[in-house]
Amino acid sequence: MFWERLLRLDRRWIFLFVAVSVLLPLLFNLECHQVPTPIVRGIFDKLESLPPGSHVLLSFDYGPSTVPEISPMAHAVIRHCLERDLKVVFMALWATGQNLLTSTVDSVVKLEFPHKVNGTDYANFGYKAGNQGVINVIATDFYKMFTTDISGMPARTMPLMEDVENMSDMSLIISFGGGFPGIKEWVQFAGDVAHVPVAGGCTAVSAPLLYPYYPQQLIGLMGGIKGAAEYEAMLTHTYPKFDPLPKRGMLAMGPQTVAHLVIMFFIVVGNLAYFLSRSHKAKA
Amino acid sequence: MGFVLIFAFFIPHHPFDALGEDVTVFFDIVAVFAFILGGGNLLRMHGNHIYTRHKDRWFSAVTLAGFLLMLFAGLFKIGQEGWCGAVDQPGAWFNNIYTATFDPLQSTMYALLAFFVASASFRAFRAKNREATILLVAAFIVLLGRTPAGDYATDWLPDSLSIFKVSNLANWIMSVPNLAGQRAIVIGIALGVVSLSLRVILGVERSHLGTDKS
Repeated sequence: MFWERLLRLDRRWIFLFVAVSVLLPLLFNLECHQVPTPIVRGIFDKLESLPPGSHVLLSFDYGPSTVPEISPMAHAVIRHCLERDLKVVFMALWATGQNLLTSTVDSVVKLEFPHKVNGTDYANFGYKAGNQGVINVIATDFYKMFTTDISGMPARTMPLMEDVENMSDMSLIISFGGGFPGIKEWVQFAGDVAHVPVAGGCTAVSAPLLYPYYPQQLIGLMGGIKGAAEYEAMLTHTYPKFDPLPKRGMLAMGPQTVAHLVIMFFIVVGNLAYFLSRSHKAKA
Repeated sequence: MGFVLIFAFFIPHHPFDALGEDVTVFFDIVAVFAFILGGGNLLRMHGNHIYTRHKDRWFSAVTLAGFLLMLFAGLFKIGQEGWCGAVDQPGAWFNNIYTATFDPLQSTMYALLAFFVASASFRAFRAKNREATILLVAAFIVLLGRTPAGDYATDWLPDSLSIFKVSNLANWIMSVPNLAGQRAIVIGIALGVVSLSLRVILGVERSHLGTDKS
């Protein structure tokens, strides 16, 4: 019977449908209109409210597996910070984050903001082992953990770090990555202790685990591609100069939308097949 | 050390604050040595697989080759100007291997999830009973709400019924039922962590030292 055969559908057909649903929107650059949600807008509004010269710490706590979801939001936030003349302190709690951080600094900061000076407008302190222990130490003394940046420039001699002693001197902390250590540890060991606002950007699967911290302990959260796309939409709306730049979050929403619809189609078909084959058996 | 950190947290005044900071630095130094321990353990385990001609010995050989190559490239800063500086600079072997192999391999592994999630959804998401139906409906709304398709589908609803727009329903599911469940889990985990930590600090729990005897 057709419905029973459908229930035993070879999964390679499903794989084919998913592959096509991701490929076609990518090939045709399907872009979707984004309506920013309050949880993403919280981060954007906070960065907008900071006076120029405020320090923002961006921690790259993720690996290559989650680059397609997290990099677009990291790029958008960096553009926003540098456009608003905020001082950006980069670091990583994940060993895999250092390479991603350096390539991001090279491809976004150095290319798009060539007038920004390393050590004055931004600094890349790279990865430090110790997970939440690193946060715990820099919460009270930044220089106990980071004596130099990754190029060997002494941290204390940087004009950027003149007014920075510990986490309390940061105006905002944004952690990218929802694993361990990540956003949760920044909330527990820096946000709550040093009373610094914390925000985050994470994969869509990690976002539900972080909702309990919003809005008291997390001022905002970008969850997955949708979070990144919403942030990009707000950024390009407020600063049209970024419109010609690649908006990877918004571009990735096309494949995500079609793939979600395909998955939903298969769920409906699977349930129809299940009930129809069951009623057929009952009649027989 | 555990007690020092507890005191430092609850009494953030001299001498506990300084003591707590020092202990955390000790922890970070110990954490660095854990890398050596981890590397040694990896060598021992996979070396043993190869030595005993285990059926998975070829996978172990690939693991060890990758580990030793990255270690060699990183430690000796191969390919870097003057054999010094950060290992993530263009031209460094470490960076080249990372971007040419590790990066695409990890991305590929994660990307495969999309295919398996689709296949699993087709087979597992069945409205077999009341609980499964609730789960199915919630998943359906969140799936649709995470895309602009949800907005397009329910954009015609008047403002008085905006709560029934799919994106608003998805937000409500995430910030009310999901939040309640997650909070319960987080509080449960926290209580478990407190009780286990106290058992470790007081010496009642010693299994982490290699013995299950109390």
